[in-house]
Amino acid sequence: MTSSSRVVELDTKTHAASRQLGRLDAVGYLICLGGIVRRELLRFFNQKERFFSALVRPLVWLFIFAAGFRNTLGVSIEPPYQTYVLYEVYVVPGLAVMIQLFNGMQSSLSMVYDREVGSMKVLLTSPYPRWMLLLAKLIAGVSVSIVQAYTFLAVAYFWETDIPALGYLTALPAFLAAGMMLGAIGLFLSSLVRQLENFASVMNFVIFPMFFASSALYPLWRIRESSETLYWICELNPFTHAVQLVRFALYEQLEPVSCLVVVGTTLAFFAMAVIAYDPGRGLMARRGGPAGDTP
Amino acid sequence: MTAEAPALLVANVGHRFGTRAALDDVSMTVERGRFTALLGPNGAGKTTLFSVITRLYTNQSGRVAIFGHGLDREPSRALARLGVVFQARTLDTDLTVEQNLLYHASLHGIPRRAGKARIAELLDRVGLADRRGEKVRTLSGGQSRRIEIARSLVHRPDLLLLDEPTVGLDLESRAGIVAIVRALVREEGLSVLWATHIFEEIRPEDDAVVLHLGCIVGRGTAGTIAQGAESLEDAFRRLVAERGRQAA
Repeated sequence: MTSSSRVVELDTKTHAASRQLGRLDAVGYLICLGGIVRRELLRFFNQKERFFSALVRPLVWLFIFAAGFRNTLGVSIEPPYQTYVLYEVYVVPGLAVMIQLFNGMQSSLSMVYDREVGSMKVLLTSPYPRWMLLLAKLIAGVSVSIVQAYTFLAVAYFWETDIPALGYLTALPAFLAAGMMLGAIGLFLSSLVRQLENFASVMNFVIFPMFFASSALYPLWRIRESSETLYWICELNPFTHAVQLVRFALYEQLEPVSCLVVVGTTLAFFAMAVIAYDPGRGLMARRGGPAGDTP
Repeated sequence: MTAEAPALLVANVGHRFGTRAALDDVSMTVERGRFTALLGPNGAGKTTLFSVITRLYTNQSGRVAIFGHGLDREPSRALARLGVVFQARTLDTDLTVEQNLLYHASLHGIPRRAGKARIAELLDRVGLADRRGEKVRTLSGGQSRRIEIARSLVHRPDLLLLDEPTVGLDLESRAGIVAIVRALVREEGLSVLWATHIFEEIRPEDDAVVLHLGCIVGRGTAGTIAQGAESLEDAFRRLVAERGRQAA
């Protein structure tokens, strides 16, 4: 370690030079963020099964489900599509965001797991403010989900998905926003779930309703034809807007309403997660702290 | 606050879970460069006290300061000077030893290169330099504990908290861990708070605090606490029994 890279901070309370190696400024936080993202990616690539199952799920939908419904579910012209599109083309954006939905919940699951095994404590004793640590955790999860989503798009490319080349680039901020929203929902849910075993109910009550009551698999006008109530449920579902944001971005367009809904939902759920993880006010304090403790 | 601020100050701290008081008006200090033992039976409140000091819970009353930095007003400065070894194993078993330690270094804002150099030095110190690239799951319990101690020192803390670090280890591993921490106090002037209920780990000259049912029931050097009793363990049993009677 060189003396220049070591931050010697003058401790105003004790008038002594502190020996700490770390830095508490913005550069230090970026190092912290980088470390949290790196750990998440290492864990992801270490778990080969997780990588493949994340990829297989949407591919099964695309290759089998979409192929099967190809002839029964034609999709007429509606933005952002300029012509009549095949069902496979329609479902690709929804399936890519589905990966992010599962990943958001997977990150949430790993937060609960981290809390049970105690490694959450290691994270929370970092000197950076807690909201910054949660934000870093969120960004780490989103990074993993973007790797997964683009891997899926790369495979889907060979399946006549008709996405313009520039669309892959313009969709990146949309995937980032959608990932942040789904990650923030997952983060908040992780503060509510006390034990890992309870996580199955999150799957049943969150993932499936969010996915099916959305525009991922079918355009909302088709749902409206059968039920006006269901149509409005789908409209109010933030997952619909995440899908629409990505769908338009893949065709180099911005959907402003979806963008606002996604950003607003992200901020709301992230704020609730920060409160829930606050050591004084949150659910952790009320429930007696992280699981596994013997007070 | 002056240069005399202790390494750790816990003043009138209380913490409740619902109606149950886990800590009741707890006050104690860890002086600079001292090995302080926190003694208490299971359920005494040791882990809750550790959770308050590490800011996993906010103290509901009273004050906690690390080298004069209050956890309420300057949590970042306080936590930057604190190293912790938790009771539960907290290493990521899927990652290598070095990856685990680098992750911790980044949590404290230590650049990668500086972190690597510091990690090499610490692994050498705990006698596991040759296991650097191995996955944590291949290590024994005692080795994992030594890695956790190395990890808690990566950011050069001035105060080290260890919550029953030798529980579940064999005699040899226990002795090795105690020796490492005592050497840190002796050679680097580290201040240590060591929670335990294993009396052989404590020397007469160590500071000691006895906690039972959320209250401090004895304090002083281990030698003075043991005075008038057959041993420290005997004195401890009497203090705990007395508090038990009072509570009843």
